[in-house]
Parts: sequence; structure tokens; C-alpha cells
Amino acid sequence: MDGIKDKAAIVGVALSEFSADAGKTELRMSCEVIKAALDDAGLVVTDVDGLVKQSEDASDEHAVTSSMGMGNLTYFGEVKWGAAPCAMVLRSAVAVAAGSAKCVVVYRAVNGSSKLRMIPSMKTSGQMSTSDLLEWTFHCPYGLMTETGRVAMLVRRYMHETGAGAEQFGWVTTVCRENGAGNPEGLYHEKPITLEDYLASRIVVDPLRDLDCYKESDCAAAFVITTPEMAKDLKQKPAVIRGCAQSMVGETERMNSYYRPDIARLPEVGRVAERMFRTAGVRPQDIDVAQLDDAYAPLVPLQLEELGFCGRGEGAAYCEGGDRIRLGGEIPLNTSGGSLGEGHIHGMNHVVEAVRQIRGTSTGQVKGAELALVITGAGGPAAGLILGR
Amino acid sequence: MAMQYIEGIPLLRPYVDHDNKGFWDAIREHRLVFQKCKDCGLIVHRPRPMCPQCLSTERDWAPSEGKGRIYTYVDFVYQNASYPGIQVPYVVVVVEMIEGVRMISNMIEESAEDIYIGMPVEVVFDDIAEDLTLPKFRRVKE
Repeated sequence: MDGIKDKAAIVGVALSEFSADAGKTELRMSCEVIKAALDDAGLVVTDVDGLVKQSEDASDEHAVTSSMGMGNLTYFGEVKWGAAPCAMVLRSAVAVAAGSAKCVVVYRAVNGSSKLRMIPSMKTSGQMSTSDLLEWTFHCPYGLMTETGRVAMLVRRYMHETGAGAEQFGWVTTVCRENGAGNPEGLYHEKPITLEDYLASRIVVDPLRDLDCYKESDCAAAFVITTPEMAKDLKQKPAVIRGCAQSMVGETERMNSYYRPDIARLPEVGRVAERMFRTAGVRPQDIDVAQLDDAYAPLVPLQLEELGFCGRGEGAAYCEGGDRIRLGGEIPLNTSGGSLGEGHIHGMNHVVEAVRQIRGTSTGQVKGAELALVITGAGGPAAGLILGR
Repeated sequence: MAMQYIEGIPLLRPYVDHDNKGFWDAIREHRLVFQKCKDCGLIVHRPRPMCPQCLSTERDWAPSEGKGRIYTYVDFVYQNASYPGIQVPYVVVVVEMIEGVRMISNMIEESAEDIYIGMPVEVVFDDIAEDLTLPKFRRVKE
């Protein structure tokens, strides 16, 4: 049985400013945000013995260690793709639970707005991986090479199978912006939108609209993960890892699948849910607040279905009107605004917000929240996290 | 409306390797083939080094009948969310072939308003450059 429950805790988090141009290198942003996360925890650089980064991140571990004077790492490595934030927590928690490290820092810094990024994995390394080559060979010659295009394929099929439509998807963005409007740290502070604004926004890749899609920004984030024993004496109330899981299933692509029997589902999210609920010993209705992957609004209803908050094909109707997913609703979502209403750092801010909820410090605080759930990587490999007190 | 490739921006070319060369060689000759396992007979697309069902590395390139139906599609209408080398609007389709595999491709003529999920299509070969042919699709009668 999955033994990750209560073996590690997130004790420090930090999120930089979101901006269109940070005017700093990603390495500097990484170092600054790691320092801020350690300060938040009440730890210092010499306490750190593990580093986990996202594989597409430009700041290598050795550059961080030499910049920050970290002298003694016993554990380090990379995690791939959009699922990375929760998957990096899993990797850190496993290391901590096994004793390979006592204090692991997860970090990510992206100048997503100010750096040109047409072809995601070529922008940083200049190298192409096998999955890039597969896309390059069988998808790109037809002009299918943006994330928006890939996701739109799945969304079209989901609409066809379930009858869902823009009048329903639009509530996801509307609620995220409602939450973001109350968050002074985000890009959309005091900038709520209405469903009419959403419906009036331009179609970019039909059936997706501009307001379905996240916007690139420059930002950095970090979390500090340590043992429950060490967590007891630190500055913050620990957010204990109750469940944490990753999933990849047949014919998974980086962003979604075109080839498996039914593409209008997120089976990876379903498997993650099953495993982490079982590990945590809780049910969907026990979760107080959830931070779902909202890089694309229509993927939120699919996650609600896979997580068991509603039945198959009911996710879009569940979101309609917004009442069930906003603060005070059945399952408040993306309470700091998420990718659509706070800013996009590939789901790192979703983990930070779940920690705030457990501490009781969110600007969209769910009163007395005891269990906070996060999903990163909706469409493609997925990962999830359940945090508790 | 046929797709327009914008001059001066490189065409995106397939990366031909040992795993997929049989597919692209056939396309150059205006034949559509799929990887078929010599041991268990499973047909797959995209080509891959091993049969995902029996792990055999022995394969043939089985001719396709070239017919299928639209499984899903998208319409690229905003250039900044599309490939800069192709003039928007352009449509990318996923076709479910009668052999049971799916292919990503383009429609040769139809615009998005003419396309629906389930629409019957057949393969055509578009010689978009002297040294580059892509398999694309056109509508056929039910």
C-alpha cells in the first residue's frame, strides 16, 4: 500500500510577483524565491539537502547551489511536464520519507512572458526530446503545434459527447477571476469579468476562446518539504501531505491524447484521485477546497468528473452559474484565482494556495479548511496532492 | 479552401528515423500504410519501435484503404495561437481510419463550417514541396 501519508509536510512556500517582464534572469528568480520559501519556513540555506526542479526549468541544480552557497545536497533531480508541481512534491516526500534527504526545496522560475516561447521545449534547451520528435513528425507538419490547439481537440470531442458548451465553461473563468479580484498578489486584482465578457472574447482555436486560456507571465515559486518531526518546531503551521500521486496511462501525450479509445476524459486524473483518496483515507466530499488545473477552463469540468465531485458528463453543468464552485459553494475552486485569475506558473501557485488554505491565510479563505486538494497536469500525465493539518 | 503556406517561413518537416521511415517512404509514393505487427497482426499508428501488444520488433507496412471518419477537429483562427507558417484559418482534424487507428491531418479543401464529427473522408496526397508530401483528407459521400 502507498505509504506516503503523513510522512512529510510542506513547511515553507513563496511566490514571486507575476509580471510581463521580471527584468531578471530565471536563475536569480529561482534563488530569490528559494530564499523566500526558506525564510517563510524559518530555515536557512545550510538546512537544505535536496533540490527538485521541473525538467524544462532553466535554472539547473548546480547553478542554484553555487549561487546560494548550498554545500551539501544528498538528493536532486527533475520532474517533467505539466503535472510537475504535485509530482515534485511526491518526489520530495518520497525522499524525505526514505531518509534520502531531510529538507527538500522544490522550485520553478519561468520568464514565460518576456522570453519567446513558440515551441515550448526548444526555447530553453535547444534540444528536442523523443516526444518532441513524435509531435514534429506526425502533428506539426499539419500546423498542430500550440498547446491551445492540442487542448481544443479534446474539448471539441468533450462538447460532442456531453453537450457541454461555452455558456458553462465560461463560469470557470468567471469564478477564477472573481477569486483573483480579491487577491492583491495576482495579475487580476480588482479585475473581475462577467460571463458576457467571456462569451465576447475572441475565438483563438475554435472551440477555445481567449478567456479559456491562461496568459504567459514571468514568475517564480518554491516550496520546502521536510519530515513531520522537523516540521513541528518551525515558523509555520505545517501542511501535512496526506496523499500524493502521479499517473500515466496508455497513449498519453504530453498535453492530452489523440489516439486512445476515448479522448474526452482525463483517466490520469481519475487514477491519481483514486490513489490519493485511498492513501489519505478520505472521500471527495471530505475535501474543503480544491486547486484544479485551469490552464484551460474547459478542462476543469473534466477534472471534477474524474475526482468524483460529479458524474461523467456532468462537470460542465456543475460549473454553470458558478455557485457550486465559488467560495461558499460545494467545492470552492482555485481560491487565489489559479492560472486564469492569479497568474500562470504551471500550477506552482496552486500548491502555494493549498498551503495557504491549510494555514488559514488565503485571500479567498475557506473557513476552517482542513483538507485541500491540488491537481496539476490535466490532459497528459497528471499528479495530485491532498494536504491536511 | 486550400491551405496556404506562408512564403519565407520554413515548412515543418517530419523527422524521419528508423522507426517511421516505412511510413514516410510510402507517402512519398502516394501510398498510405500503417505499421502492422508480423507476429500478432496489431495495426498501430504512429509507428513505434515495438508492438505494444506482443513486444515484437518484426513488422510490415500494411496498405490502408484510405477511408475514415472525422473523430475531432479544431479550427485555427488566431495566428498567434497557430503555426506562423500557415495562413489562418486552417483546420486540423483527427481521422479515425477504418483500420481502427487515428491520424492527425488537414482537410484539403473544406473549411471548418463544412466539417462535422463523424463526417466520412478519404486520403489524398498533397505535394506541398518538391521533396515533401503530406497525407491529407477530403470529404466523400456517405
